[in-house]
Amino acid sequence: MPDALLKVADLHGWYGESHILHGMEFQVPRGELVTLLGRNGAGKTTTLKAIMGLLKQRKGSVAFDGAETIAMAPHRIARLGVALCPEERGIFSALTVKENLHLPPVLREGGMTDAEIDTLFPRLRERWGNSGAKLSGGEQQMLAIARILRTGATLLLLDEPTEGLAPVIVQQIRDALLELKRRGLTILLVEQNFRFASTVADRHYVVEHGQVVDHMTNDEIAENAERLEAFLGV
Amino acid sequence: MMELIGIPPQALFGQLMLGLINGSFYAMLSLGLAVIFGLLNVINFAHGAQYMLGAFVAWMLLNWLGIPYWGALVLAPIVVAATGLVIERTLLRRLHDLDHLYGLLLTFGLALIFEGVMRSQFGAAGMPYGNPLPGGVNLGFMWLPWYRGWIIVASLVVCLATWFVIERTKLGAYLRAATERPEIVQSFGIDVPRMITLTYAFGVGLAALAGVLAAPAYQVSPNMGSNLIIVVFAVVVIGGMGSIMGAIVTGFGLGVIEGLTKVFYPEASNTVIFVIMALVLMVRPSGLFGAAK
Repeated sequence: MPDALLKVADLHGWYGESHILHGMEFQVPRGELVTLLGRNGAGKTTTLKAIMGLLKQRKGSVAFDGAETIAMAPHRIARLGVALCPEERGIFSALTVKENLHLPPVLREGGMTDAEIDTLFPRLRERWGNSGAKLSGGEQQMLAIARILRTGATLLLLDEPTEGLAPVIVQQIRDALLELKRRGLTILLVEQNFRFASTVADRHYVVEHGQVVDHMTNDEIAENAERLEAFLGV
Repeated sequence: MMELIGIPPQALFGQLMLGLINGSFYAMLSLGLAVIFGLLNVINFAHGAQYMLGAFVAWMLLNWLGIPYWGALVLAPIVVAATGLVIERTLLRRLHDLDHLYGLLLTFGLALIFEGVMRSQFGAAGMPYGNPLPGGVNLGFMWLPWYRGWIIVASLVVCLATWFVIERTKLGAYLRAATERPEIVQSFGIDVPRMITLTYAFGVGLAALAGVLAAPAYQVSPNMGSNLIIVVFAVVVIGGMGSIMGAIVTGFGLGVIEGLTKVFYPEASNTVIFVIMALVLMVRPSGLFGAAK
């Protein structure tokens, strides 16, 4: 496997008494888009939260760009260059589109400018002064992704960015993900829809009961389609 | 002398002035409570005691170290805010994931401890603190003592500055965002736990600043905070928990209403705020400026 930007090994995680992650193991090579595929409740979102440091009870190893982050606070992990776009999108309803976009501080060099973000998501500029609460689901998703592009993060953790969106918006999100990959960003994408995932990703890990149970490169996904379909229940 | 609606203007404006002064304290204290509740989800019952501590620290600075009022106005809030910092780090942080009833119980206990310690050290009678701005000016319709004018101006400036920082600056945007979704703000690279500690310390410092302002106007006594805090809680309920401008406007507004009630129907002056609270709760349970949750 090529040089890994993120290495997750024997990662365990708990919510209170519930043991959710049971030794997750996977790697995200630099510049690739890697997916975690799995059903609802498989532990995909919990894995992203554990990588971001938001899951309080966690142990094992998460190495980002060579640095062990398992014991770090979320804000320190963010400053290393990791950014999370959560499933619920987390748009602040009291702030305008512009204020939401400019809320995260620029932590490192190499972040995208407003003009570059305009090119990527032209719809956001049309909504510049609107409140976050007035946006459609697709626009909220674009804003949630755009917001973390300014910070200079090199690893993006995206949690089901296409969930519940119309096909035309899914297409736009896909184009944006491909453009981000072209720019050299590394992306870890949580998905339930492997057909969408196969159009953007380089590599897939299948997650069940808080463990990686299978992995394949994107070239191998066609021959595994039937099995995946049965497995993911889609 | 000319009378306005049957009331001598000296009495009317005098009470209006007292109402504005009370309102200044209501506004500053309820502002601190609102800021703390917004980010920490803690109903800080020790707020009155921390106001009292501000007045006591000013008294100690003057009588033990010879530091006059204007120095105490800066130093006392910093000293009391530092105690708030320790309280948040060592005690409140442990309750962060629990129901806010636990924070209320803890801070209620702290209030009892602070008052008890001050009572045992200084007695319950209260001690005078000299007026740093003696004299005043005759406005024609009323006599305005300089110090009373100063209380109102200082309180207005502090309240509006706090509002400006929270509503109009980047730091304030982080604070408001962290109130809504702390995890996301932390994942942006902001040290939210530190922000929470500093916010509590700031709210406590605001209470102490009100205490220093109150010292020359009232007696410095251990129960000066508990007398005030119940009314301040009513003000917060009326304004709406967590609303910054709501706390300021309601604080001053209710002070004035209380003052006018003293003129027109003195018997009701102690209860008018609570009557308004009951009415507001019936019509708008989330308060006049609060967002329904």
